[in-house]
Amino acid sequence: MSSDAFRLRSRSRGDRTRGVVFQALLLLSLAIGFVTLGVLLFDVLRRGIPYLDATLLTKPPSASPEEAGARPAILATIYMMGILLLTVVPIGVGTAIYLEEYANKERWYNRLLDLNIQNLAAVPSIVYGILGLAFLVRGLGLGRVLLAGALILTLLVLPTVIVSAREAIRAVPDSIRQGGYALGATQWQVIWRQVLPSAIPGIATGSILALARAIGETAPLILVGALTYVSFNPTLMGPFTALPIQIYQYISRPQDEFKLIAAAAIIVLLAILLTMNAFAIWLRNRYQKRW
Amino acid sequence: MTEMDSTATPPRMAEVHVETAVGPKDSELSRREVVFDVQGLEVLYAGVPALTGVSLKIHKNAVTAFIGPSGCGKSTFIRCFNRMNDLIPSACVEGTILYHGADLYGSEVDPVEVRKLIGMVFQKPNPFPKSIFDNIAFGPRVLGWNKGLAERVEQALRRAALWDEVKDRLKESALSLSGGQQQRLCIARALSVEPEVILMDEPASALDPISTHRIEDLMDELKQQYTIVIVTHNMQQAARVADMTAFFSVEVDEDDGRRTGILVEYDLTQKIFTKPGDQRTEDYVTGRFG
Repeated sequence: MSSDAFRLRSRSRGDRTRGVVFQALLLLSLAIGFVTLGVLLFDVLRRGIPYLDATLLTKPPSASPEEAGARPAILATIYMMGILLLTVVPIGVGTAIYLEEYANKERWYNRLLDLNIQNLAAVPSIVYGILGLAFLVRGLGLGRVLLAGALILTLLVLPTVIVSAREAIRAVPDSIRQGGYALGATQWQVIWRQVLPSAIPGIATGSILALARAIGETAPLILVGALTYVSFNPTLMGPFTALPIQIYQYISRPQDEFKLIAAAAIIVLLAILLTMNAFAIWLRNRYQKRW
Repeated sequence: MTEMDSTATPPRMAEVHVETAVGPKDSELSRREVVFDVQGLEVLYAGVPALTGVSLKIHKNAVTAFIGPSGCGKSTFIRCFNRMNDLIPSACVEGTILYHGADLYGSEVDPVEVRKLIGMVFQKPNPFPKSIFDNIAFGPRVLGWNKGLAERVEQALRRAALWDEVKDRLKESALSLSGGQQQRLCIARALSVEPEVILMDEPASALDPISTHRIEDLMDELKQQYTIVIVTHNMQQAARVADMTAFFSVEVDEDDGRRTGILVEYDLTQKIFTKPGDQRTEDYVTGRFG
């Protein structure tokens, strides 16, 4: 054998095997996530689709499976998302504008605020639930009502909205601000007419993703007193339940049919979630700015 | 704006550099009205001086160029005239700049009004991500000049020699223009609020030679109506467009190695480039340094 041909050969059989094994391991990690998700989805769809009908969407829960729906829970979830949108977006964007445009980042208290907001995003949701019970339900005397649930979800996702809005605002190049100031615009005019319009796609995307997180939350709602059995339409200041809680309640009933109704309710929840995420992605792609 | 007594200011640094900070003597320019009278200006970033001891006068309807090597503080200096340094929290401006005799940094002066009267064009074209029309209309709109907006936009674009190229596409995004057109758009935008002075911070450094040439021609025309101050890296450009040229340099502190910008020489452009009064200027303009 010539030495040239020898040089072209793999260094050792071991090297090649290690490469193949490593690649296989990576593929396996990927598969674990995807297969699990796929099986779950398939299982939910197989069981739930036959029960995904008008009864589920229009009827309140009932003791008999044929009559049982999830209308109060679906409505309450939609109401809460609406309130959440009205509370979390203005507060979150306002905070983000202050921190990015007004706060002097060299001051220690602004850095402390900054650090705390990032920490808040990592606080377990049950802790927010306890806070809601103590301050909203008892302290403010709101009682176990839908508004209390919506407000606690607001606090829960506020840090996420602030962080994403800040990133969107930071992505607006400084040259745009300077161009505005150089024309004799005030800080308010620069923010309102230049920075915010450019940041809106990013802010909208972040807000929708935060809402999508809130929609699946169960623990804090249970703590502020969401009931598991509500047969009437929710009101702002009345008792309420939410879709994830309704699903939990149906699954824990003894009759098998209710587990199938739960599967159908899961499909509704997933559909709302996926619609919101798809809308966020569409917004991002449609209005993404290239500088 | 407050009228301020110019003798009341203590130009500590001005005295040190007084012999270098001369203006033109016995020339037609020197008899023109003074727009800016800078006395002992010092700019500090977080307490560290970036530029120190600058005194000079800028005359009306002339192009004044600031040249010098990187880090000599010429961009820092030009940003003092429209108080853009106010936007940097750590920046601090000391000394005096008189604008038609009034202290630009007086306590009753609103920097927003200053920036309306003293426009600025930046190194990199920075059109807003809006239509061509809305880019020009932004300035008048924030000032509440909503009457005759279309005429105002047209006039600004005509003055910036851009009207013929964009008159049929005013609704298109300003980002669709070429780099040179974008920079002329930014000049038109600055003109739209009827400033008296236009500051240009290396306005052609990101442009190709043809676009650069058009901007230079434009400066020549604009100085009939406006007072122009330009920072440039390009010495030929200063020689071509400027009536007056100030040469800045860097002084390195022997003890701590700190670099501070200083004004070396300020005179008629022709003099700076043909018979400079300072060896450092001569070294720079002849290409031996920088």
